[in-house]
Amino acid sequence: MQQMVRDFAQNEIAPLAAEIDRTDEFPLELVKKMGSLGLLGIPVPEEHDGVGADFVSYMLAIEEVSYASASAGVILAVHTSVGTMPILKFGTDEQKSKYVPRLATGELIGAFGLTEPSAGSDASSIRTRAVREGDVYVLNGSKIFITNGEVADLFIVFAATDPSLGAKGVSAFIVERGTPGFAIGKKEHKMGMNGSGTVELVFDNAQVPATQLLGREGEGFTIAMSNLDGGRIGIGAQALGIARAAFDAAREYAKQREQFGKQIADFQGVQFMLADMATKIEAARLLIYQAASLREAGLPCSQQASMAKYYASDAAMQVTTDAVQLFGGYGYSKEYPVERFMRDAKVTQIYEGTNQIQRVVVAKNLLRG
Amino acid sequence: MNFQLTQDQLDIRKLVRDFALNEVAPSAMERDEKEEFSREIFDKMAEIGLCGIPWPEEYGGAGMDFVSYVIAVEELSRVCASTGVTLSVQTSLAGWPIYAFGTEEQKQTYLRRLAEGTSIGAYGLTEPGSGTDAGGMRTTAVDKGDHWVLNGSKIFITNGGVADIYVVFAVTDPEKRTRGGITAFIVESSFEGFSVGKKEKKMGIKSSPTTEIVFENCIVPKENQLGALGEGFKIAMMTLDGGRNGIAAQALGIAQGALDHSVDYAKQRNQFKQSISNFQAIQFKLADMATEIEAARLLTYQAAWLESEKLPYSQASAMAKVFASEVAMKVTTEAVQIFGGYGYTREYPVERFMRDAKITQIYEGTSEVQRMVIARHLLKE
Repeated sequence: MQQMVRDFAQNEIAPLAAEIDRTDEFPLELVKKMGSLGLLGIPVPEEHDGVGADFVSYMLAIEEVSYASASAGVILAVHTSVGTMPILKFGTDEQKSKYVPRLATGELIGAFGLTEPSAGSDASSIRTRAVREGDVYVLNGSKIFITNGEVADLFIVFAATDPSLGAKGVSAFIVERGTPGFAIGKKEHKMGMNGSGTVELVFDNAQVPATQLLGREGEGFTIAMSNLDGGRIGIGAQALGIARAAFDAAREYAKQREQFGKQIADFQGVQFMLADMATKIEAARLLIYQAASLREAGLPCSQQASMAKYYASDAAMQVTTDAVQLFGGYGYSKEYPVERFMRDAKVTQIYEGTNQIQRVVVAKNLLRG
Repeated sequence: MNFQLTQDQLDIRKLVRDFALNEVAPSAMERDEKEEFSREIFDKMAEIGLCGIPWPEEYGGAGMDFVSYVIAVEELSRVCASTGVTLSVQTSLAGWPIYAFGTEEQKQTYLRRLAEGTSIGAYGLTEPGSGTDAGGMRTTAVDKGDHWVLNGSKIFITNGGVADIYVVFAVTDPEKRTRGGITAFIVESSFEGFSVGKKEKKMGIKSSPTTEIVFENCIVPKENQLGALGEGFKIAMMTLDGGRNGIAAQALGIAQGALDHSVDYAKQRNQFKQSISNFQAIQFKLADMATEIEAARLLTYQAAWLESEKLPYSQASAMAKVFASEVAMKVTTEAVQIFGGYGYTREYPVERFMRDAKITQIYEGTSEVQRMVIARHLLKE
């Protein structure tokens, strides 16, 4: 599995990565190809047309795809972890059979709408409202920073059905593109992770059939938080892929770049940078694999998942910054990929729970004991 | 690598944790203050089988793996880093080269005594003029037909003075030096011409004695040559690869101990009418300390696991050592900070942890040497 993904990532994704970044166009054709190979349904059981692989294999796939293109990595991770798995876990039989196989094969592309302009880390304070009127829920409000949103066919959207209950009054809905009153808003222009189709979602008296309620009314926040650990480990894996790509590029460059009549790899100043980069990557890798293996075994892993996410993303930021430094002026130029790695790395410290939120989680665990 | 410890490994953690809390921790502060080594604690470690954890039972060991061994060093160091390094040197620096390069007779004689803990072991490589550049040593060994004669001195010898068995390195061919001119020997403290020199006054790990050892026409029997003639430099370097796992575990234990104290203190210390653990500035410090310790632990166990599986572990142990020791320094410094003024006093243990942590960045290959080792592996590919 890992070998197949690695080959595909190197042969089919890597050659397009710079172009995806430059044009900021969602690589729809590539994503469809990933779907036909099963890459969009790795942890989905075979009975729902997925690959049925374990969680660790899924993490390895995210890492390998992100190594080639971080944008492709996040498209894959969002589609699967938060676009598909909640339906599998909380959907009715009808919802599952209607959507999951088509998501797993890439016929449909999934997205997830939780964040709002004033509800980021404090996700329970969302203002989007859903009011039941007969056979439909009427949704009003907006969602921002929605990865895949530009092209997605299906959105898992969270809205307050009873604002007086706070987090317990939030419900989840499966919203199809084309639903009356639902529109795609402005596309974000970002520093990195270009091509991942980050948009705003706008609900203006959107008519969502009552059958599209996911789980029970009031269960939304539970659904949103249900795959938190898995999602965080996934972003850790993405950051690890980016960091590895930057390190490999830096090592190759250090071996061929000559200054003062010798390879710059002969200078201890460069050697020590490479040694520190590799050591941090190894530490990040072990934290991610440990968290993934605990999750696979069904053991508690919140603390380990948070540690893995923030350590790996901080490491990715440091490693990619050092990679640009090692390349010198060339590293700052778009002719080489390391500046893209550095731009892509930054968001891994922010999304899926900022690294500050991860530290809150870890501290809470420590102080509870 | 399996991320869940085996039952044997969990058992040894519990055994050593209980031992450390009951037998080692109570006297740690006083032994530090008085710079006293405790033979009594060493003998008790021997009694419960800690001195030969990874050595085969046929040589008096416990026949366990290297992960179990590093767990033992970690748990001892969590309360007393001096006791941790005593065990690390006993096992990795004195025991390992005899286990890996000794003759059957040497193993039965010396490894058994080390494994059973009837003798204390030490390792002599460093000299006044040769630290990181170990190949520059001046101690000589001259072949006198039926015995060797050693002359010179070694410094910074952990367990010096209390040890009975020393694995030492001397030049046997000054022309060849690191390329076949250095040989290893097993020297007993009772050998004629062997003496213990001055004891170092140190910043930390003060209940672990560090001394000079002196060879003045020291007579070493032929059968105490360890490994082949001229193989010494290789033995010295390979020994340090494994020793690094032990020091990584020591650093890990020091860091964990400092975190343990910091969490407890943060919970009970009140300022501005609330527990200081309510402040995010403290919470984030604790989170970073715990995360870096977890990463250090995984690197350390991975290196030990590789050694147990007989896979290459030189790069992994260098990574574990440099990472864990730098984490230990950072974490202990933060622990003193969390304790504030109290942390700076000797009434609380965190200042000792900070002093103890510093040496882990220096001995058994400085952090700079670890980075050289790692870079060499990276650039060779």
